[in-house]
Amino acid sequence: MTERTTTDPNAYLSHLELGEPDQTFLDSNELIINMGPQHPATHGVLRVILKLDGEKVLGTECVIGYLHRGVEKIAEHRTYTMFNPYVDRMDYVAAVSNGLGYCEAVEKLLNLEAPPRANYIRVILTELNRMASHMLWLGTHALDIGAITPLFYTFRDREEILKIFEKYCGARLTTHAFRIGGCQYETYDGFENDVTNFVKFVTPKIEEYEELLTTNRIWLERTKGVGKISIEDCKALGVTGPVLRASGLNWDLRKAKPYAAYADFDFEIPTGQNGDTYDRYLVRMEEMRQSLRIIEQAVGKIPEGPIMAKVPKVMKPAVGEIYHSIEAPKGELGYFIVSDGSTQPYRVRVRPPSFVNLQALDVMVRGALVADVIAVIGTLDIVLGEVDR
Amino acid sequence: MPDDTKSPAPPPTGEPKGPEGAANPPSVEPVPAKKPNDPAAPANPGAGSEKTAAPGGHAAPPKPAGPAATPWTSDMVSRLKQRYGSGLEASTYLGQNYMVADSSIVAELLQVLRDEEQFDYCVDVTAVHYPDREKPFDLVWILYSFAANERIRVKTLLGEGEIAPSVTPIWPGANWLEREVYDMFGIQFDGHPDLKRILLPDGWKGHPLRKDYGIIQQDNEWVQINLGIESGQ
Repeated sequence: MTERTTTDPNAYLSHLELGEPDQTFLDSNELIINMGPQHPATHGVLRVILKLDGEKVLGTECVIGYLHRGVEKIAEHRTYTMFNPYVDRMDYVAAVSNGLGYCEAVEKLLNLEAPPRANYIRVILTELNRMASHMLWLGTHALDIGAITPLFYTFRDREEILKIFEKYCGARLTTHAFRIGGCQYETYDGFENDVTNFVKFVTPKIEEYEELLTTNRIWLERTKGVGKISIEDCKALGVTGPVLRASGLNWDLRKAKPYAAYADFDFEIPTGQNGDTYDRYLVRMEEMRQSLRIIEQAVGKIPEGPIMAKVPKVMKPAVGEIYHSIEAPKGELGYFIVSDGSTQPYRVRVRPPSFVNLQALDVMVRGALVADVIAVIGTLDIVLGEVDR
Repeated sequence: MPDDTKSPAPPPTGEPKGPEGAANPPSVEPVPAKKPNDPAAPANPGAGSEKTAAPGGHAAPPKPAGPAATPWTSDMVSRLKQRYGSGLEASTYLGQNYMVADSSIVAELLQVLRDEEQFDYCVDVTAVHYPDREKPFDLVWILYSFAANERIRVKTLLGEGEIAPSVTPIWPGANWLEREVYDMFGIQFDGHPDLKRILLPDGWKGHPLRKDYGIIQQDNEWVQINLGIESGQ
């Protein structure tokens, strides 16, 4: 800890209890290699130090923080409203979800509630964002494993979602779509139409993706039985989201602790059985269909009324603490906010799903092959902007 | 919303139970850890709209006398109180339950919460720094029980240099979370398998989420040695 540089990979891994390499006809030397931080399959700047016996993984250690911007520190120097756009930059693939979690947390702290119309708009946009996030995951995950075509398909269709975002709030990726207390913007003329058309357009496309992959021999070979994790391990490690559900636990915050308007809709939580990469793929595919179900129900009955609650211009929540979490596309995204009664939060803690889920990598790849590490990083669906904050 | 009710209503798990609830002293620590030196809200006569809203008793603005923490009563809390007595304070704020435990019992308490009360998921471990307090750190565990669909917070106060118990033997997932707390606040954890920095580089000096660490402060020496530039600003 006193060293001033950190380039030597041998400095890591020392604390792990690693298995001994098998005797081979060559020799039994272990090999330590760096994967990343600049590696196309790590989806950002993630450095994984692998201890290998030939192609077999004996143990791993993740080195993160390359994208650390100190978001939580910044929050302490901004007002509640000013910090809102920053959360979009954490999980930039699902910026809408990040914004929803933050806005709802502050609303709770202020002890107010967004009006029903705002909640419906929020649900529609958040579910669209979940689809966009899953589509991006599917494209890049398949690309990592060697299937190039799904990337073009998913990016083509994700574009339609981004167009709706752009028409709604002017931004495609870091949308800043919501405000504390509701939504800034009323839906544009033809919003319902656009959303309904998108649902019609994308429903057969999901079948198309499945046609490419679900029974594809190479896909099955690369994903079935790879990166298995049990429910017990998931609970112990705090893993949430599709990874937990693919292991067989039916747990989703939209059902367990409904927020926004999710209690009004009829949808199912898909689960898997084996907890392997293939099941996680199936779970996310089904989640996309369920998102479409929610969107369809919501867009048909957006209530009339205001889109903003009565929010004071200067926000000074009473002294206190609040924790609020939502089901982001990657898992439980929580905000722990401490107010000291002033206009700026005393402390904002973000509980990022990617950060916690990434811890499971070591459990999931031990004993597997190097190529499986790529598959498992993909299937965990991490965004380094959120891991490092 | 089954759990997080907006008004400071009785928590879902704690049936009010008249006599017992009344027997409790009306909450020794009514609001979680107020920053002592904070200028709070110096009346600000400028913000007219906000000021007029408060005495009017308007429903929407957030300051109708301010929500207050109320004692949290439930079977679990009475069981725990029986065991730990005055070392444990349980309250509800805005519909969310939390307990403040003495740092001497918190390790055992967390173990009990996992083993006997089925809090099998450690959502988060984090800290808050109050530099002017005698014990400057709040260490917070957020726990969830899948079986009861219940979320609670456990909090303890730590002095400067005081070593916290690691919960990695109870919930292995706390490993990185505790490393982050160590990285950002400099709180040491006893029993952690590999306590080192996680987001900042290993050789970095200082703990940025402490209140005395400036927002543009950096470890200049580290930057000069490792990045070969004069300053990162």
